Amino acid sequence: MALALSSISALALITIFIIIQGAPIITEVGMFNFIFGMTWAPSQGEFGIFPMIVGSAAVTVGAVLVGVPIGICCAIFLSEFAPVSVRNFFRPAIQLLAGIPSVVYGFWGLLFIVPFIREHLGGPGLSILAASIILGIMILPTIISISEVSLLSLPRQYKEGALALGMTQWQAIRYVQLPAAKSGIVAAIVLGLGRAMGETMAVIMIVGNSVALPQSILDPVRTLTTNIGIEMGYAAGEHRQALFATGIVLFIVIMILNATAQYITRRK
Amino acid sequence: MNLTAQTREKIAKTFIWAAAVLVLAVLTAIIADILIKGLPVINFSFLTEIPRSMGRAGGVASPIVGTVLITLLAVTIAVPFGIGTALYLAEYTKDGIITRLIRFSAESLAGIPSIVYGLFGFIFFVIYLGLGWSILSGGLTLAFMILPTIIRTAEEAIRSVPLSFREASYSLGATKTQTIFKVVFPSAIRGITNGIILSVGRCIAETAAVMLTAGSALQLPSSILDPTRTMAVHFYILAVEGISAENAYGTAALLIILIFLINVVANMLVNRFVAKGR
Repeated sequence: MALALSSISALALITIFIIIQGAPIITEVGMFNFIFGMTWAPSQGEFGIFPMIVGSAAVTVGAVLVGVPIGICCAIFLSEFAPVSVRNFFRPAIQLLAGIPSVVYGFWGLLFIVPFIREHLGGPGLSILAASIILGIMILPTIISISEVSLLSLPRQYKEGALALGMTQWQAIRYVQLPAAKSGIVAAIVLGLGRAMGETMAVIMIVGNSVALPQSILDPVRTLTTNIGIEMGYAAGEHRQALFATGIVLFIVIMILNATAQYITRRK
Repeated sequence: MNLTAQTREKIAKTFIWAAAVLVLAVLTAIIADILIKGLPVINFSFLTEIPRSMGRAGGVASPIVGTVLITLLAVTIAVPFGIGTALYLAEYTKDGIITRLIRFSAESLAGIPSIVYGLFGFIFFVIYLGLGWSILSGGLTLAFMILPTIIRTAEEAIRSVPLSFREASYSLGATKTQTIFKVVFPSAIRGITNGIILSVGRCIAETAAVMLTAGSALQLPSSILDPTRTMAVHFYILAVEGISAENAYGTAALLIILIFLINVVANMLVNRFVAKGR
């Protein structure tokens, strides 16, 4: 069954080719200078990606702050409160939300969220906040579906026992069901982190893309993914290698997040 | 603040309902905006004309062709590998180090961002194998990207075929291969098709990976070695470079309608699958 090894070979090929392309520039510039360097000036041979690491971290954390509370509330709604008819309508709606192309989210963010921030909160509008809101919406399907499955897979007795002890429905959810479903919910959050960090096209359109350390969430930033997305079209030589090196950093962080999520789900 | 359990219950329920309403409202707002401004743009000539002056005028015929070809290619390549892996995991092996490696790699592939697939496709297919920016490079890259989806859905479908089907087949003297191809596989076909349809949706929606591997050419391709642009890439370029908001909306509306239809078909398959299982 040689076919069965396709996924292993695919992962191996991707890892090898990206590392081969990106590693030389990291050794040339130095790992420390590459990761903690403050200046990204490919034409002068300066490759420091620290501002982008900060940018990626900022929008990812922002996305989680927006998406996780809403997503978990929705999951509770679907598994506990929603009437069957609402549920049958809601689930396909969430699927649709997951299927909408990321560029459409970016476009919508550019037309509605960015001007709103510019007019009411100040700054250029293209900002960490705008990207956080759009990414928060984009990770909702991941958070909702995985949290809902882990809530639904709990034994009925947990809830019934809690209610029989005189708890209100919310107390049962808060003190029994949510803690019992914790590993699934944490896995959902970790996968959401990965999705938010890996998103490119939607973020390019709304995050501003300037390479600088942000002072507030209303400032524009550039993320690791948008750095690749914007410059890959015309990069050559060392510049291109540096973009692959950016890819290596992104790849490693995402692989760690994935492995963590897999570990959490396996353990139970 | 010392609230009674009843008050807390009310507050919590309000928040939970509010979250659900908010999510639906956002979804409705996005879709309504795109459809209201995009649907009027779509007509026969929009669908059948090639974009003119960078997409400012004309239609989206060549992006449609590009999308269809790249998606077809990706699915054709990924399906045999995906189903092969799923059959191996579900039928031919017990849990061990190899299955764990396969699962780990499939789940990791599922989490890799599309821009990384784009980087890989660019360096491997476009440069290393010398395929250039082409439909072939784009299709191959997307095949890598949808492989984990196909593996997971096919494995679930194959595992959900009742054991009694297999036992009945063996008791009639069928070999393992006969059982798998004549009994298990046909029973799992709906679930497998569902996975394939979901992958088609991912291919249509993808932008970053195809832009780096298939290019952004506007003319109709004459072979799979020609560069092309998909509808999602076309939409992105129209929107970001401010070429034509009108045509951008039209393209986005087409994309949304396609994704909607794909979801409807996938759900129908799953529902019938469940009904049949009972």
